[in-house]
Amino acid sequence: MRNRSALRTAAPLIAGLALVASACGGDDEATPSASDAPADTEAGGSAAPAGTAAAGDICVEGDTVKLGFLNSTSGPMAISEQTVRDSLLLAAEEINAAGGILGKQIEPVEEDGQSEPTVFAEKINKLLTEDGVAAVFGGWTSASRKAMLPVVEGANGLLFYPVQYEGLEASPNIYYTGATTNQQIIPAMDFLASEGVETLFLAGSDYVFPRTANKIIKQYAAELGIEIVGEEYVPLDSDDWTTQVAKIAEAQPDFVFNTINGSSNVGFIKAYDEAGLGADNSPIISVSIAEEEAPAMGVDLTGQYAAWNYFQSVDSPENATFIAAFQAKYGADRPTSDPMEAAYTSLYLYKNMVEKAESFCVDAVNASSDGVSFAAPEGLVTINGDNHHIAKTGLIGQINADNQFDIVWSSEGPIEPDPFLEGYSWWDPNQN
Amino acid sequence: MTLTTTRSANEPGGGADPAVAPPAHGRRRASPARLLDTYGSLIAIGVIAVVLLVWAPSSLSQFRLDNLGKYCALALASMGIGLAWGRGGMLVLGQGVFFGLGAYAMAMHMKLEAAGPGGVPDFMTLYGDGTMPSWWEPFRSAPFTIFAIVALPAVVSFILGYAIVKRRVKGAYFAILTQAMAVAFATLLIATIKQTGGFNGLNTFSTVFGHNLFDPEVKRNLYRVAAGLVVVFLLVLWQLYRSRYGELLVATRDAEERIRFLGYDPANIKLVAFVIAAVMASIGGAVFVPIAGIISPTNVDASASIMLLAGVALGGRASLFGPVLGAIAVGYGRSTLSETFPTQWTYFLGALFIVVIVLLPGGVASLWPKLRSRWPSPTAETPANGDHDVDRSQPAVPA
Amino acid sequence: MAALGLTLTFGQMGVINMANGEFLMVGAYVAYLTQQVITAVDLSIVFALPMAFVVAGLLGLLLEVSVIQWMYQRPLDTLLATVGVSLVLQQLAQDVFGAQGDPVAAPGWLDGRISVFGYEWPHRQLFTIVLALVALGALNAVLKYSSFGRQIRATVQNRQLAETLGVSTRNVDRITFFLGSGLAGVGGVAIALISGTNPTLGTAYIIPAFLVVVVGGVGQLKGTVLAAWAVGVATAFLTDWISGSMAQVIAFALVVIFLTIRPQGLFTVRTRSLA
Repeated sequence: MRNRSALRTAAPLIAGLALVASACGGDDEATPSASDAPADTEAGGSAAPAGTAAAGDICVEGDTVKLGFLNSTSGPMAISEQTVRDSLLLAAEEINAAGGILGKQIEPVEEDGQSEPTVFAEKINKLLTEDGVAAVFGGWTSASRKAMLPVVEGANGLLFYPVQYEGLEASPNIYYTGATTNQQIIPAMDFLASEGVETLFLAGSDYVFPRTANKIIKQYAAELGIEIVGEEYVPLDSDDWTTQVAKIAEAQPDFVFNTINGSSNVGFIKAYDEAGLGADNSPIISVSIAEEEAPAMGVDLTGQYAAWNYFQSVDSPENATFIAAFQAKYGADRPTSDPMEAAYTSLYLYKNMVEKAESFCVDAVNASSDGVSFAAPEGLVTINGDNHHIAKTGLIGQINADNQFDIVWSSEGPIEPDPFLEGYSWWDPNQN
Repeated sequence: MTLTTTRSANEPGGGADPAVAPPAHGRRRASPARLLDTYGSLIAIGVIAVVLLVWAPSSLSQFRLDNLGKYCALALASMGIGLAWGRGGMLVLGQGVFFGLGAYAMAMHMKLEAAGPGGVPDFMTLYGDGTMPSWWEPFRSAPFTIFAIVALPAVVSFILGYAIVKRRVKGAYFAILTQAMAVAFATLLIATIKQTGGFNGLNTFSTVFGHNLFDPEVKRNLYRVAAGLVVVFLLVLWQLYRSRYGELLVATRDAEERIRFLGYDPANIKLVAFVIAAVMASIGGAVFVPIAGIISPTNVDASASIMLLAGVALGGRASLFGPVLGAIAVGYGRSTLSETFPTQWTYFLGALFIVVIVLLPGGVASLWPKLRSRWPSPTAETPANGDHDVDRSQPAVPA
Repeated sequence: MAALGLTLTFGQMGVINMANGEFLMVGAYVAYLTQQVITAVDLSIVFALPMAFVVAGLLGLLLEVSVIQWMYQRPLDTLLATVGVSLVLQQLAQDVFGAQGDPVAAPGWLDGRISVFGYEWPHRQLFTIVLALVALGALNAVLKYSSFGRQIRATVQNRQLAETLGVSTRNVDRITFFLGSGLAGVGGVAIALISGTNPTLGTAYIIPAFLVVVVGGVGQLKGTVLAAWAVGVATAFLTDWISGSMAQVIAFALVVIFLTIRPQGLFTVRTRSLA
């Protein structure tokens, strides 16, 4: 019995291994046809046949230009990312109505990132290699961007990322149209210093952005002479802030720097309110609460602050047009916010870049991107060709009774992006 | 109570796969039916091998092939679930943990490869103070990494399994315990951002064991490894299911007390299945990482673990092929449905769960024996083992 | 609260309802909707509670009749089927109400705090506690003193025997499910007051709730409450020392260790069945 069963094990194993081996051998003929396969997608030569992906260049033939819109429309991040999708579609519609890019109509290819980094990596791969899109717009969490980065670099594609983030990154294949830290975190600290703040409490979600932002805040606070009296993190999906808020109440800081993301903010703000804390006795400055989120808190936030580069209340003709167009398409009750504006702007910036380069080819677009500008709703923005970020104005808003922001502070003109904080002598990336 | 419930669980399981049936009637009789029972599965494995290893690489684009590779990686974990759940009756809701152990071990090695000799992974400088925890150090070595991919889940699952199974925790308690493990594991990964990359997970690799990840030939070979492992493990499981141990495992699932009275320790029997399942999940994870280019806590948490189960349930938990085909089908469905209906795909997924579980508890695989038994009966001319049996058993002889 | 609802369905019927988290979400949205209809904030919560109970309860009943009643013999399968249900409900909520969370304003009488035992209790927390206690009391009373309660307990302990004695176990199943789901709905109103509504609200609660039920001992009301309290206190206590995420990890680890040592939970029903 024993011996027989050992034999039985061996026989199929050997047969199987033979199969594996023969399969590998048989592949020599198969290989060429495999790399031909993607070439028959519509964008023709564009499709960067998988075989030569690394060296390929994405250009466009035909009357339309395919652009990939990759946002999460399911999962926890759908809350935020759907608004980005909406404004991207609006921008595409406007550009098409005005004649398209280099005379080509935009053909959006929509994909769902499902709030999962792995899915983002898979989908951007699909957009670039299967659909042959000229550029991809989207991503929200740092995790999604980090997941897409190697793929977009490997395929030499283009990605426009519309959200403020933790900096310390620059990829030749990504354009960052949201703020980097020296355009949001550092201006916020400058504002706090100008308000005479002496003690600061840091509250954040437990992931990359808050951790890195707080690392910068702590080093800059030391420079400014502001004392950090506490630092608390809670997981992204947790709503329970009661213990942490109790610590804030005990520490009695002059200000709370809030880097909490997503629906966890609601739990924080409610617990804050319950603990008897509010704008009058313990103000908060947030970097993730915008027009969209403020009314969802269920608590009166009047008097609290937020640091962004765009508010719906920005007074400019471009912004008035943007808001009117957005509300005409999606409803008069829909607010506009910073990431939405950054996404809207990114599509127009891409249009201007392509038209300056007179080509959709990635290398050509990259070569001429420096100095391309757009009169965005937030004001004039200009691309920095070295680090692919854009110069933006830092703004501080104070929430009013209508859940809109009154702009109370502004940087002196657009701030040049400095993702690695090289221009700041106090910054030491190796110090915790 | 035990008897009535387990009998119904036995039905789809026992009937689903010819390999289970032999103890009842097959063993000693040499007949076409016996040949089919013995070699039918082998032929099917052969067909799967040809499809995965010959047809797919030659006719799918690189992107689709990568995806198929990922499904194969998931299928490895699913096959383990098939063993533990379908055959062993242990509903493992936390296989993400073991998938994650293998995946993170592999990812750590690749991360260190990308950092170069003596280098420190980029994210440690970004989020921490640029020093590397000492337990990362051994993962610089490729042999150690491969060893860890097998040994780590084996040890962890043995300890956990020993604690759980020996205490005779079973049924829903077992399921919830393993699910709690998955939640705790994912939360732990997120909380240790400086050591494991936190919510972002590990990504941005350049090479795997010295091979450039962006080289299409390397990618194709990675796929071949994943698909080859699926075939190899199909053979292993096939043998395992036919062995005395396989029969004991099913017997333990169906009547644990009786097995105990017969002088076996059911705990040991279950423990072995649990450990094998964990190791398979870990290998799946290790294969997944270089193909997907990323591993993050969302790939290993409770809902990821449940997604793994979806494929197993769809395909047929107790059958040999059900988990593999189910995992590939669910993965494929998830990708393509979400491409075609970006916002509505969740409905499909939810409906699939409900319909399959309610109406077809044995999974799609359970349709086969049903069809087989129904087909010949109205047409009286073909006896019990009709013509399709013959032409399935025919090529078996050369194999 | 969620755990209470679960202990009823899981404990009493052996049904693992993963969609229970979504009944929480339903309750939360009911609170939001009543607030849209009855704009007087102070009153709307009072209406929202019974509304949420009935709506979530009816949904639970629908689930029982359409899916679960076919699966009493397969408890593990109900777990998976209800996962499917929860996926569908989540997506449905997202399509109907939008992905953005909606605010639920707390009534004026819940603002402010009160000093009890030297600690400043926010009214809202007290409200949740009182709500839980009332629900517990009511449930306990129903189970213990009403004839229906006796039927439920009889069914749990020995289904065949109960049937022989003329108890309609089908009815008992349905009503138990209705009660369990309804309780989750009421819990949802409480959660809406704490964190507002959003479509994925349920997922964050379901697994901790299950653990609490198991730790407390399946089918044991007092165990559930005690376990919920213990887990809550332990987590809060740990957060004083370590970060919030690590505290969660350790709380989970403790639960797992506890269950391997005492798999039957804090309290158990003594039965003579082999399993």
